[in-house]
Amino acid sequence: MARAVTPQRKIINTAAAWAVGLAIFFPILWTILTSFKTEAQAIADPPIFLGFDWTLENYKVVMERSDYAKYLWNSIIIAGGSTLLGVIIAVPAAWSMAFVPSRRTKDILMWMLSTKMLPAVGVLYPIYLLFIKLGILDSQIGLVIVLMLINLPIIVWMLYTYFKEIPGEILEAARMDGATLKEEVIYILTPMAVPGIASTILLNVILAWNEAFWTLNLTAAKAAPLTAFIASYSSPEGLFYAKLSAASTMAIAPILILGWFSQKQLVSGLTFGAVK
Amino acid sequence: MATQHSRSAARLMLAPAVILLLGWMLVPLIMTLYFSFKNYLPLRGGDLGWAGFENYTRFVTSSSFWPSVATTLIIVGGVLFITVILGIFLAILLNQPMWGQGIVRILVIAPFFVMPTVSALVWKNMFMDPNYGLLAYLWEFFGATPVEWLSKASMPSIITIVSWQWLPFATLILLTAIQSLDSEQLEAAEMDGASATKRFAYITLPHLGRAITVVILIQTIFLLSIFAEIFVTTGGAFGTKTLSYLIFQRVLESQNVGLGSAGGVYAIILANIVAVFLMRIVGKNLDA
Repeated sequence: MARAVTPQRKIINTAAAWAVGLAIFFPILWTILTSFKTEAQAIADPPIFLGFDWTLENYKVVMERSDYAKYLWNSIIIAGGSTLLGVIIAVPAAWSMAFVPSRRTKDILMWMLSTKMLPAVGVLYPIYLLFIKLGILDSQIGLVIVLMLINLPIIVWMLYTYFKEIPGEILEAARMDGATLKEEVIYILTPMAVPGIASTILLNVILAWNEAFWTLNLTAAKAAPLTAFIASYSSPEGLFYAKLSAASTMAIAPILILGWFSQKQLVSGLTFGAVK
Repeated sequence: MATQHSRSAARLMLAPAVILLLGWMLVPLIMTLYFSFKNYLPLRGGDLGWAGFENYTRFVTSSSFWPSVATTLIIVGGVLFITVILGIFLAILLNQPMWGQGIVRILVIAPFFVMPTVSALVWKNMFMDPNYGLLAYLWEFFGATPVEWLSKASMPSIITIVSWQWLPFATLILLTAIQSLDSEQLEAAEMDGASATKRFAYITLPHLGRAITVVILIQTIFLLSIFAEIFVTTGGAFGTKTLSYLIFQRVLESQNVGLGSAGGVYAIILANIVAVFLMRIVGKNLDA
């Protein structure tokens, strides 16, 4: 903003914005703090904010019990696998629509977007049944496929938006110099598209990591990711706030960090380019 | 610029994505439609023949149908109302000159990255628990009796949790939109003596119109199918059974696939009505 602002105004703005920001962040902060308390301190009356005996005990307990590593591994495989598979399928598709558009390109894009709006619950049973028939219920591969499919429209759209911004002249120049289609994709487009592909991957890993309809309904003991692991705390026994907090902190920390890097791409990615 | 050769290559490159999405859309959809006309109870006899439109009429005449529609609308409406109003306020606040803007932005966006099962459980236990929750302490501190949030005030509680999750999304998009507002226009209005309220009503708000519409449509699509937040907090009890949760219960819990599928078809129709509006806006942008 070009307007000159008085120092007082700036101080008030800063104070107000920080107060609101901290209030919104508070539940996460509280979870992180609680994860370092003992169970007794976690429910102390009055609540203790910082003056408790910091301990890593909860993390140790959570890691040891209930194969935490297995859930984490499932989350990584499912989020990473579905995103990678999606990108591999989406790159050629987005490439062809961005550089060799036809009359139907717009319709195809819109149709892809429309598949994203199919309510999951409407097709829950068919997918459930197909998974049983194919023997992939409660398997990593099954969830990789489903999450790839639900995020594929977003991946195609994001890549399409990025590819559109690559100037066509460069490609023409390459073609004049005798580059084949394959060379064009590998040596020219890919390097230029890397930032776009990277942010697409980032956003989709986040979405897949946090997906909590299919991951809860299509997994049981074997392929359950962290979303399901956390949900198992919904009917616990005994004192568990500190352990719940430790488990939660571990489940959200990687994504919080990734998320903060992706905030710029988030807007155009999630609004399908309608807001930039 | 495209040659015949590159055209056919392009079509080939597009094919896998199109075929996969086509399959993903059509196969389950046709199956859902098929089941919706069947008397199908996997655990009680299996396929008991055709049912005609019986599932459709039974689904809408069941005593839980209208309450579930009302619950869905209240949650969607409540969350939209809160997130859009607060989102506009926050976007304007974050757009002001200040120290540490980047950090505040990060703090505000954070809830969006928290997985739904985590946010629901953290709110349920550490904030809304009537014995050990922080809100209970707060209430006691002011001499009030702690509220059993998720059973006695279940809807406001769920709306609070979901709003907390979606406020960052609304804020981020509105902030992006507000940053593209020409500040000279605001300055000119200010010099002409327009009050802050007037500047907001006649310049900022109209400028945000499109972004607000996008926020409303996208959130509606996601909110119509919220699941984990209800699954881990109330399990659909205390009047929090949404339409999607009702369908989920019919299909997986009571294993009445025919009835649930009919419900699924209703949900698909409902989502499509919203989708048409969203697609129009996005489509317009494609031409630009």
